Amino acid sequence: METNVSNKVRNWLAAASVPIIIWTVIPLLWILATSLKSDAALADSSQNVLGNFWPKDISWDNYKLIFTGGAKDLFLPALWHSIVVCLSATVISVVLATFCAYAIARLTFPGKKLILTTALGVSFFPVIAMVTPIFNLWRSVGLFDTIPGLIIPYLALTVPLSIWILAAFFQQIPWEMEQAAQVDGATSWQAFRKVIVPLAAPGVFTTAIIAFFTAWNDFVFSLNLTSEHARTVPAALAFFTGASQFTQPTGAICAAAVVVTIPVVILVLLFQKRIVSGLTSGAVKG
Amino acid sequence: MSNITLKNLVKKYGDGFPAVNDVSLDIADGEFMILVGPSGCGKSTLLRMIVGLEDITSGDLLIGDKRVNDLAPRDRNLAMVFQNYALYPHLTVFENIAFPLRLAKGHHDESDIKKKVNAASAMLDLDEHLERKPGNLSGGQRQRVAMGRAIVRDAEAFLFDEPLSNLDAKLRGQMRTEIARMQRRLGITTVYVTHDQTEAMTLGDRVSVLKKGVLQQCAPPRELYEQPVNLFVAGFIGSPPMNFLPARVEGSTLKTPVADVPVSGELAEKIKGKELVIVGIRPETFKDASLGDTQAQGAVRFTAPVDVTEWLGNEQYAYIPFEADPSVKNKLDELDRDLDGEGMRTQLVVNLDARSRIREGDDAELFFDPALMHVFDPESGECLTRDEEEAARIVEESEADRKRALERARQREGKVTGDVPEDAEAS
Ligand SMILES: Nc1ncnc2c1ncn2[C@@H]1O[C@H](COP(=O)(O)OP(=O)(O)OP(=O)(O)O)[C@@H](O)[C@H]1O
Ligand SMILES: [Mg+2]
Repeated sequence: METNVSNKVRNWLAAASVPIIIWTVIPLLWILATSLKSDAALADSSQNVLGNFWPKDISWDNYKLIFTGGAKDLFLPALWHSIVVCLSATVISVVLATFCAYAIARLTFPGKKLILTTALGVSFFPVIAMVTPIFNLWRSVGLFDTIPGLIIPYLALTVPLSIWILAAFFQQIPWEMEQAAQVDGATSWQAFRKVIVPLAAPGVFTTAIIAFFTAWNDFVFSLNLTSEHARTVPAALAFFTGASQFTQPTGAICAAAVVVTIPVVILVLLFQKRIVSGLTSGAVKG
Repeated sequence: MSNITLKNLVKKYGDGFPAVNDVSLDIADGEFMILVGPSGCGKSTLLRMIVGLEDITSGDLLIGDKRVNDLAPRDRNLAMVFQNYALYPHLTVFENIAFPLRLAKGHHDESDIKKKVNAASAMLDLDEHLERKPGNLSGGQRQRVAMGRAIVRDAEAFLFDEPLSNLDAKLRGQMRTEIARMQRRLGITTVYVTHDQTEAMTLGDRVSVLKKGVLQQCAPPRELYEQPVNLFVAGFIGSPPMNFLPARVEGSTLKTPVADVPVSGELAEKIKGKELVIVGIRPETFKDASLGDTQAQGAVRFTAPVDVTEWLGNEQYAYIPFEADPSVKNKLDELDRDLDGEGMRTQLVVNLDARSRIREGDDAELFFDPALMHVFDPESGECLTRDEEEAARIVEESEADRKRALERARQREGKVTGDVPEDAEAS
């Protein structure tokens, strides 16, 4: 009986998710299709099938352009900057947020509410409102167009978010785990490292991925706080030019967009298994 | 292995509520001490104060002869089994048990750890599960892993917080005897929190009864049962509970709703001048007169209408309703609330022999020996019939029993090793 019901529910959910999947996947597919079109196909719908959607002849010209051709000098450094800036920002913010969230979840100290509210407040702040002051400040302290100059604002975006996610995660871990460790002879630090961190690993990975995306997708900071030494891919795309002055760089931009999506997909696939919740099952009574 | 001494321990939580109030206990080396009491009486708090997870507001806690009030849990060298086991889900059973050994850096090398863990797992019948994760184990197996983690190191004492409350009845019985056997075998000081009657009575060398953070009585189970100090202990220990009857004092006669009981001697002195007392009679003290069993000298006979009977095969319960005197009803209601009861008990529970032919609706002819009756002061709740000499004798006897049991366990340990019981996780 029960399996029947749950099968029915599952079928319904599957049916309901189809339109959502189509809704979200079509733009992505369109970008992929566009990146595979030659300049000629971009201008001429008769060279495409499915109503101007998919090119009859797949062309890799756009990818050649960004990796080896004219856009190379713009794209490759930007890709490198993106990787360095986002990884650094992610690592720093996850480490900071882990400690902070642990303290928030476990200790009672004055100002705990304040920290959480501030964290929430900061993440509500519109990014565009922060850009101008930071721009002026960075120019006077020499952080403009440097990698740290981009990491720091990204931390402002990712740390509050990470604190919130991780604090919720830590609160789910039964406190007895830690107390048991302490009774077994662990110091607070050992209890944290040997019991809490492994248990919180799925939460930490989830947070890391979200923090990474937040930084990876940022456009506003990168556009305004860098010129060439630290510009990341989303901003660099805006500066692409076509092969000639009269062709639009649509294909190249789409190719670059596909390329920057790949690390994200890889990340998710890699950590998918670790994000599964329920690792704490079996810790306490069934 | 050590004795544990509690001197006037007090625990006040942030809101000023004294969860543990002025508790003093002396737990001897190798003794099995039980803490019981209704829900919220401070048992867990007291245990957590001993292990160091809860700060001590005032008073002294001594392990061995060392004051440990300000030591961190890890420096007290006690092993604890939590109510929900608190196993480490990311570690295998082997690593769970080895965890305390690995933390004591430099004390154990790899082969030593292996040896100790294997010894513990053999004792607890966990050998074939060593490589599994706790998440895949049954409740009973998890419980044993938690015990393995406690016994693997040479702790000063074991502390248990309701370790069996998550198991089903059958498994609970098996694990109970297992714990008793293990404690005797290891001869280790043990403090065990429970609110289960059977666990308290069968496991403990001594049982401490707590009520709202205050220690009521700490005595061997038999003394608690036969010589309770007050109404609360008398009502808490025993299942089905002791019957409480209001009794009017008229000269040297106690007029209860079911029978008149003549009193004499010391008790008569004590109740002199009181108008009302509460009489407590255990259900099994009543006997069916029609069975023709020999009656003690001066047995009180009475006839009462039986409302309901329950036949259980080996015994039989009969319920006899009565009208409670309104002037003691308040006291009895209050007692009932203290004991987490569900309402007033104005019926007599009688535990009859299975041979008895008494059926519901009958007028039963019963008798009881007034020497086995308890009399309580309705104001203070104090027991007026408590016999200090008898109590002292029981204490002595149980202390001797304990020493003998420990001795026997040690001898047996010398002869047999690894007499592992049958697998306990069935069902
Ligand atoms: N952290 C806390 N803050 C304030 N009061 C608390 C706290 N923990 C427990 N108490 C109070 O202390 C009293 C004793 O609690 P405790 O957990 O020791 O009870 P218990 O005897 O173990 O009960 P149970 O059988 O239900 O486990 C309770 O009245 C409870 O409300
Ligand atoms: Mg408790």
